[in-house]
Amino acid sequence: MEEYVSIFVRSIFVDNMVFAYFLGMCSYLAVSRTVKTSVGLGFAVIFVLGITVPINYLLQNFVLGKGALTWLGPQFASVDLSFLTFIMFIAIIAAMVQLVEMIIEKFSPTLYSSLGIFLPLIAVNCAILGGSLFMQERNYANLGEATVFGLGSGVGWFLAIVGIAAIREKIQYSNVPAPLRGLGITFIITGLMGIAFMSFMGIEL
Amino acid sequence: MKALIEFVEKKIQPNFEKGGKLHKFHRSFEAFQTFLYVKGDVTRKGSHIRDAIDMKRTMFHVVIALVPALLFGMWNVGLQHYRAIGLEVTFFDQFLFGLIKVLPLVVVSYVVGLAIEFIFAEIRNHEVNEGFLVSGMLIPLIIPVTTPLWMVALATIFAVIIGKEVFGGTGMNILNPALLARAFLFFAYPAYLSGEVWIETSLREGQQLVDGFSGATPLAMLAANETEQLPSIIEMFLGTIPGSVGETSTLAILIGAVILVATGVGSFRIMASVVLGGLFMGGILNIFAVNEFMATPAYYHLVIGGFAFGAVFMATDPVTASQTPTGKYIYGALIGVVAVLIRVVNPAYPEGMMLAILLMNVFAPLIDHYVVEANIKRRLKRLKKAPVKV
Repeated sequence: MEEYVSIFVRSIFVDNMVFAYFLGMCSYLAVSRTVKTSVGLGFAVIFVLGITVPINYLLQNFVLGKGALTWLGPQFASVDLSFLTFIMFIAIIAAMVQLVEMIIEKFSPTLYSSLGIFLPLIAVNCAILGGSLFMQERNYANLGEATVFGLGSGVGWFLAIVGIAAIREKIQYSNVPAPLRGLGITFIITGLMGIAFMSFMGIEL
Repeated sequence: MKALIEFVEKKIQPNFEKGGKLHKFHRSFEAFQTFLYVKGDVTRKGSHIRDAIDMKRTMFHVVIALVPALLFGMWNVGLQHYRAIGLEVTFFDQFLFGLIKVLPLVVVSYVVGLAIEFIFAEIRNHEVNEGFLVSGMLIPLIIPVTTPLWMVALATIFAVIIGKEVFGGTGMNILNPALLARAFLFFAYPAYLSGEVWIETSLREGQQLVDGFSGATPLAMLAANETEQLPSIIEMFLGTIPGSVGETSTLAILIGAVILVATGVGSFRIMASVVLGGLFMGGILNIFAVNEFMATPAYYHLVIGGFAFGAVFMATDPVTASQTPTGKYIYGALIGVVAVLIRVVNPAYPEGMMLAILLMNVFAPLIDHYVVEANIKRRLKRLKKAPVKV
């Protein structure tokens, strides 16, 4: 149990996808204009990460890794399919994003139209593939840990995008120098938020 | 006095008005003029739109509230120095030593910061932002007395430009500029902001440090689980301990807090909820009490390090804090909780207050957003229950 809590907290705050690794920046910058849409996209990312990371974990441990196919028979013990990692992970992610798209279109057409192109683009959001690759690199012990890590990374990304969306709504009334308006000031804010998030760096749980 | 005012308005002002020789610099002139006395008009835009008082006066209340902490800090710098070299000197000598050491920090921070303010005011043609009167005083109070002056200047430049001017000046910034300056120093020059930097120990000929001199702050002692040398709670409350210039004396800070609350400049809600949040988290950690730091009584957190200073002068910053009353409680409580948590749980930083406030600065707009949303929802519900008769 302690292990799960530790992984969850670490993946939200210490190894935050946006502020520690600067992953998933494209949709983070593009969709963060209002809090409402960013909450929608944030939940979509949590959902996709929470599903793809455990599926890719199973894939990694029973199909792709070195000797992962041993369960088929002893003659497969030396088979190493890890060169297929990227394409398989991406395929799983793309399929899951399709699923999310259908669900959102069905239940919230307004959110669907306000997210627009960025919903299918979750498939190429680096935070999602990053989540799966970090999972592979960090060798989580079991399916539960991988799931918790996926969900935690999603929550961390959610916090980041919702936080910056609220700030961007606030600074609409600020007298920002003209050349910096829009993306420029957003990059600066992201950097400043990164400084604030450094408060968690170094925590060992 | 009247003659002087008349002289300024009749002789000097025309030069700066439209068509005058020095019209280019009329923003700078205005700033100096209102610094001396209040003109008829008040600031119309910016951070204090809800009040009729001139922003410069609001900011001055804060500076006055900071004076006890500043004076005490100066004396404490001298006290710590002479303690470290084992010399008994008079109160006056101790204060004089501190004055000589602290005054340059204050001067550099003001001169550099205000210079940038004036340049930006002239280039961008807005009024000079008086917010820096407070930030310029806060910066020297939250750094160690041994910080090199060029570093103070660099941090001030970074904080004013990146922290404030790119957002449009005072009232628009996201993070507290003074804290940003400290965070900048902390991450850019860690060696100068941690370890043995809290006491001025440069020695003249014939002087030497006393045996067993450590120079560690109580916070560092607690973090290292070395509690034998810990000063008594009275000492920590009065502030005769090593630390940043202005943060050591909880007593002096309390006087400042009273001034802020009485004049209505600082938010009592935030101060109270920061303290309660800190006590709450300290209490929870006491229950687990795995190591000595966790077992430290919760009220210790209030008197050591920058907790009190942050709660009174930093968290209450009217620009970067939450704006809604409910939001202020949430914002404050979270600062207290996160600050104590970072102190105890994170071995990388002994002091958590600075980063806790910066972190909550980032999330303050989000808290406000949801408080406002909740209000809207509640009122809509009320409307549904009792439909308006047309």
